[in-house]
Amino acid sequence: MKRKLTIKNLTCIACPMGCDLEVTYTPEKIIEVKGNTCKRGITYAETEIFHPERVVTTTVRVKGARIEFVPVKTEKTIPKKLTHSVIKHASGVTLKAPVKVGDIVIKNILNSGVNLIVTRNLVCVNQKSKKRKRKKSS
Amino acid sequence: MVGSKIVKSVDALVIGAGPAGLAAALALKNSGIKNILVVERESAPGGILMQCIHNGFGLHRFKEELTGPEYAERYIDSARKEDIIPLTNTAAIDIIDNGKTKTVVLLSEEIGLASIKTKVVILAMGCRERNRGNIAIPGSRPAGVITAGLAQKMTNLHGLLPGKKIVILGSGDIGLIMARRLTWEGSKVKAVVEVQPHPGGLNRNIVQCLNDFNIPLYLSHTITNITGDKRIRKVHIAPIDTHFDPKKTGNFTLSCDCLLLSVGLIPENELSLKAGVTLDPITRGAVVGADLMTNVPGIFSCGNVLQVHDLVDFVSEEAEYCGKAAAAYIKGTCKKGAQIPVKAGNLVRYVLPSKVRRGAEALISLRSMGPSKNVSIIIKTDTEVLYKAIHKKIFPSIMLRIPIKQIPAGAKHVEVFFEAEEK
Repeated sequence: MKRKLTIKNLTCIACPMGCDLEVTYTPEKIIEVKGNTCKRGITYAETEIFHPERVVTTTVRVKGARIEFVPVKTEKTIPKKLTHSVIKHASGVTLKAPVKVGDIVIKNILNSGVNLIVTRNLVCVNQKSKKRKRKKSS
Repeated sequence: MVGSKIVKSVDALVIGAGPAGLAAALALKNSGIKNILVVERESAPGGILMQCIHNGFGLHRFKEELTGPEYAERYIDSARKEDIIPLTNTAAIDIIDNGKTKTVVLLSEEIGLASIKTKVVILAMGCRERNRGNIAIPGSRPAGVITAGLAQKMTNLHGLLPGKKIVILGSGDIGLIMARRLTWEGSKVKAVVEVQPHPGGLNRNIVQCLNDFNIPLYLSHTITNITGDKRIRKVHIAPIDTHFDPKKTGNFTLSCDCLLLSVGLIPENELSLKAGVTLDPITRGAVVGADLMTNVPGIFSCGNVLQVHDLVDFVSEEAEYCGKAAAAYIKGTCKKGAQIPVKAGNLVRYVLPSKVRRGAEALISLRSMGPSKNVSIIIKTDTEVLYKAIHKKIFPSIMLRIPIKQIPAGAKHVEVFFEAEEK
């Protein structure tokens, strides 16, 4: 008996090249990927067809730094359907300066097995701003 | 921040502490130039990368996918280890060419007005966005019409939402990235409108920023009118004909409270012009020779102020090349060999640099006039072909960068062109 084959056209998002992929698959597995330049295209096709994933980047509040928001990201890709909940979850967090690239904001966010981490260094500015204020007033 | 240590003269002064300025300064240092000053207008180094919080940077450079700030922090760290601390909150307001040296006039909160003498100036000021005035959209002038990059700064650095119902004009990468970002933050992005028949940004961004959220992309459409009194209320959208004029049929309106413009970037060269640097009418960046030196000896240019790049990885690469060449200029160890012109041929919109050196290596950047399929890119001298490669697809939105190992000693000129391939 012949299995049902589906053919789908995708654009690979693994790198800026954006190869046009033609993916042939059954409900269980990928049969063939055409159009990819490298093997990341095949991995992308597999995940995109069966369980699409994305890296999520957003910001969280930070106190005591020069600016009030610090950028964060999921350390790895997470299931696409969790994206919105991750953003919502992150919007409730407030960090305290100093923060460093790689600091964990939320461990194992929404049980995805992936950490939400800081992507920018921000030092504490309290002392400096006090100094500046003093200078201005004198 | 190093205001107290400000010096009167340096070997090299780098204007801008974004990815280009930092990479150029590092290359100078690694080539043995010690006395370097980097000045930065903003209050922190990193440039525009600091507001580009999405991932996708560094695949070429670091073989991993970083966010903008992560990419910048790596360069800021490396610079700090080499004792390169950019002088922030400092604007360069003038460059005076004294022949062998240049004087750069700086203005900052901390040091006030200062004149610094330098042997070499590296222009690394980056670019700015085209705005409503540049593209002349008819209609009233309400609040809520801003560039995509400004919206990015508001959202990512200051936590401010530019609008709730958004239309984006132009499908450049920043516009696409902001479509996703604002959707994630709860705004409704109603449409992206693009005047060209093809998207301006990368395909991957069409997929992950528009298709993921079912945001419609109207190609060959434009905005013909903006209405609204205090705040923008509506945009009028029309398909365009082959002459880019709006058609009379197929028009529609979208209600919105914010219109983002993602309609291209222009190198920021006002300062360069003051110094007498000649600009290229197509790139709007400096005309540079084999060493990325401008027509003013001792003034170099790299990064987005030279040509608008798609990938920061290439900005770093170009800036490193520039830093090394500038170091050689300071030390008087420039490569020998006459410089010969590089011409843009069939289907090539521009090619950079404008000259290459006989007997030396070269890295040629170019963009195509329009999208095409199955073409060869050919680089040849008056007598021999130096490079040929077949491309299945080319887009003007993708810059091609081709290294040439050696320009032959006898070459009179180099030409870069596309040629259709038979299937």
